[in-house]
Amino acid sequence: MSKTIDNQVDVYLEDDFKFDKNVSDDLETISRESLTYWQDAFRRLKKNKAAIASCIILILMIVMTIIGPYISGYSYTEVDPMARNQTPSAEHWFGTDSLGRDLFARTWIAGRVSMAIGVIGALVNITVGLIYGGVAGYIGDGADKLMMRIVEVIGSVPKMLVIILISMILKPTLTSLILALTLTGWIGAARMVRSQVLQLKNFDFVHASIALGSSPWRIIKKHMFPNVMSTLIIITTLTVPGLIFAEAFLSFIGLGIQSPNTSWGAMCAESQQMILFYPYQLLVPTILISITMLCFNLLGDGLRDALDPKLRK
Amino acid sequence: MRKKVLEVQDLKVSFHTYSGEVQAVRGVSFDLFEEETIAIVGESGSGKSVTAKSLMKLIHDPGEIKPSSKVFINDANILEYNTKKLNEFRGTIVSMIFQDALASLNPTKRVGYQVAQSLKLHTDLSNTEINTRVLEMMNQVNIPAPERRIRQYPHEFSGGMRQRVMIAMALINNPKILIADEPTTALDVTVQAQILKLIKKMQVQNKMSVIMITHDLGVVAGMAERVLVMYGGMIVESGTTRDIFYNPKHPYTWALLNSVPKLNSDKSEELYSIKGSPPDLLSPPAGCPFAPRCEHRMGICNRLMPPKYSSEDQHTVSCWLMNDKAPKVDLFKRIEVGYNG
Amino acid sequence: MAKNILEVNNLSKYFRAGKKKVLKAVDDVSFAIEKGETLGLVGESGCGKTTTGRTIIDLYNPNGGEILFKGKNISEFSKKEMLQFRKECQIIFQDPYASLNGRMTVKTIIKEGLDIHNMYDEKEKDEKVYELLKLVGLNKEHANRFPHEFSGGQRQRIGIARALAIDPEFIVCDEPISALDVSIQAQIVNLLINLQKQLGLTYLFIAHDLSMVKHISDRIAVMYLGSIVELAECDELFENTLHPYTEALFAAIPIADPDIEDARENMLIEGDVPSPIDLPKGCKFYGRCKKAIDKCKDVRPEFKEVKEGHFVACHLCD
Repeated sequence: MSKTIDNQVDVYLEDDFKFDKNVSDDLETISRESLTYWQDAFRRLKKNKAAIASCIILILMIVMTIIGPYISGYSYTEVDPMARNQTPSAEHWFGTDSLGRDLFARTWIAGRVSMAIGVIGALVNITVGLIYGGVAGYIGDGADKLMMRIVEVIGSVPKMLVIILISMILKPTLTSLILALTLTGWIGAARMVRSQVLQLKNFDFVHASIALGSSPWRIIKKHMFPNVMSTLIIITTLTVPGLIFAEAFLSFIGLGIQSPNTSWGAMCAESQQMILFYPYQLLVPTILISITMLCFNLLGDGLRDALDPKLRK
Repeated sequence: MRKKVLEVQDLKVSFHTYSGEVQAVRGVSFDLFEEETIAIVGESGSGKSVTAKSLMKLIHDPGEIKPSSKVFINDANILEYNTKKLNEFRGTIVSMIFQDALASLNPTKRVGYQVAQSLKLHTDLSNTEINTRVLEMMNQVNIPAPERRIRQYPHEFSGGMRQRVMIAMALINNPKILIADEPTTALDVTVQAQILKLIKKMQVQNKMSVIMITHDLGVVAGMAERVLVMYGGMIVESGTTRDIFYNPKHPYTWALLNSVPKLNSDKSEELYSIKGSPPDLLSPPAGCPFAPRCEHRMGICNRLMPPKYSSEDQHTVSCWLMNDKAPKVDLFKRIEVGYNG
Repeated sequence: MAKNILEVNNLSKYFRAGKKKVLKAVDDVSFAIEKGETLGLVGESGCGKTTTGRTIIDLYNPNGGEILFKGKNISEFSKKEMLQFRKECQIIFQDPYASLNGRMTVKTIIKEGLDIHNMYDEKEKDEKVYELLKLVGLNKEHANRFPHEFSGGQRQRIGIARALAIDPEFIVCDEPISALDVSIQAQIVNLLINLQKQLGLTYLFIAHDLSMVKHISDRIAVMYLGSIVELAECDELFENTLHPYTEALFAAIPIADPDIEDARENMLIEGDVPSPIDLPKGCKFYGRCKKAIDKCKDVRPEFKEVKEGHFVACHLCD
């Protein structure tokens, strides 16, 4: 009855034509190992060499800002009129400034301020942005429209103007600086969170949760936040450089951190007049600002690629 | 004897992904004759869409059509065509219509312009002649008020209308072969009926051959003369429509037919459902792709790929049950299994 | 009637569509479902079947009419009664990919209902999750995995397990099989039918695939542009079809049988399903109906019982 068309095998084994009664009862098993979203993202991040290098450099920087001021043996406030404006040497690894202070120690103390402003500022931005955007997005309708109009008004005010005005009004402490910088900075995060929440709202898993009897707060906490997290992490990493730079700018116009405290921006401001004579005084903080900004940007880009599920495979 | 218009030999297509090589199509061979309609039916992962796209060499990186594959149209292997020859033959000898008409039409260009494009590319007709031809085509696909419609944009058309526009675009150069890749899956049932009727009408009028890719057995029964059933990247059974529906020989074909409730079926009878899911084409099983889910699995099924057996004229089956040494199995005997066995 | 678990009277749901236009997604719909039965709700895109289903379990606020669950009007529920309602009425969704939160494990997803309603203690909750997984044909090991590791059919089962966790009595099945392969559809439908027998559930089964709906339903309601045009017991609907739209719908479904397909007289409707925004004054099907009479253009037909258990909205049946 049956006639073969294709090539045929000549050797048959004994059990070939007996029914295989081993019911493979695990037709539903999944053989591949389980990876959470974060584990998978981390795996992808590891492949991005630039991002990993940036991460390592940043960690080193942070370590240096903590221990740096102590390892040179000099204090960052110690004034030594005999050792003014010395170029980098074995005694003062980064040289000294116009008041004879050790630049190595000063650099790392300054690093604390710059990093703190950058990181804390970014965290404040996204916290406010998260709450504001989350509420606006989830409630929707009238409240959302009102909240976004407010955002637009705030957003249309020139940022630098606001920062400068606030800095002039308040006493220039670290806290007030952060306040000035974040007063308008949260808008970007709020917009992003709101648009994500608006999208997420329409997913059936949110409807399922409502149908189970979830309260709105529970839905925001358990369903919205985790899904918005990745966007927030990316925004944070990419906001930091901007804040560090903004602080540097403020220092340049004299509104930044005041003596004896210092930041990299303040060090740049101090040393820019002597650039022709003592270029190293400007070079050191500038290079550090640049490296920090670059690393945060590369890390942020890497995170964005790693955390985007659409880019998976 | 009808002339052969298409011959596919040992088509193999793989996709190179981060996890490895996904063997989407693993050795497909079939013929297509003049003025006939065949259906390629299968579920997701069967390889039917990839097969269709390969017929026009529409597979791009990371997809790869293996060099041993051959697709003969008019005695030439189109897989060896360079870009110039490919552009000449696409749209003129073979045309394709897709599932999602909205994604296949350019939202920024008027519909009339898009339908005319195919003519502009392949003929030397004057603008007036092209315009006449476009209007003629729109009439043939039953788009009312075509003079007004050709000036509209795709988003101003409903789903069914857009599909008609796609058909107009595809058929304006009178191709010999039309490949329809799930053309009605996204449409409502009443609109689907209209579009299928239209395809049938155009096939007769233009004396074309049609390859219909679908997962809907009802569409197959209404449209096709011959059917190819695909599973796990291979053709498991092929034959005339009556052969496949009334005399299926492959366990998968039989199972598929019985998963669909018949309109006059007894409600208390449970639908036959195949346990498990389609195979992982990253590491396809060594033997028959359907073996893990097959009720009639034998030792050899796990070990070796079954060859193609033929029973009756034109009816071929790739199944070890067809081997002379295999025990006789009556597929129509009801198998008592629950939904989770 | 005590045996009706759900009664819907003159339900309407409108959406704003632009400045002054209104989309009447659900337009004066009335039906009742008996405890233990499956009512099928079919229609094409834009007919309002999904909106009806979601409004019934209070995912949308209705604009008109009333929904009576076990005799009580759900819009008058206190917060506590509403929570109880949520426990007794559940829903299964169409899209297996969007209906599960990709960041949560299967266990967390299924457990959510138990957490919200404070059912069982932690250890018992885990046991219940494993029980449910087994009930829907999955394994205990699946509990710690994530949705993206499962196939479409398996995800639907997870969705079913989630709905069953809090022991509901009534489940709205919103196109639960439309996004699945044919052979997997059969798995899910068989599962739903078996669960109904085992647990005494009542279903509202929304779908556009008439053959599947017929297989699982006791009665079927056919919707068109927001209104029910015909409602009857399965066999009655197929054997004595009254509404021209229902007839056209049946005629359009392809049947997996070559001989039947060959012999069929395809009574095709012309044109596409019109937009539900600018609805005509009279019968909504006027314009596509081959049997229309003058009255159909101006007067909207009333939805009434013309034979026992058989409702239809058509002037031709007056």
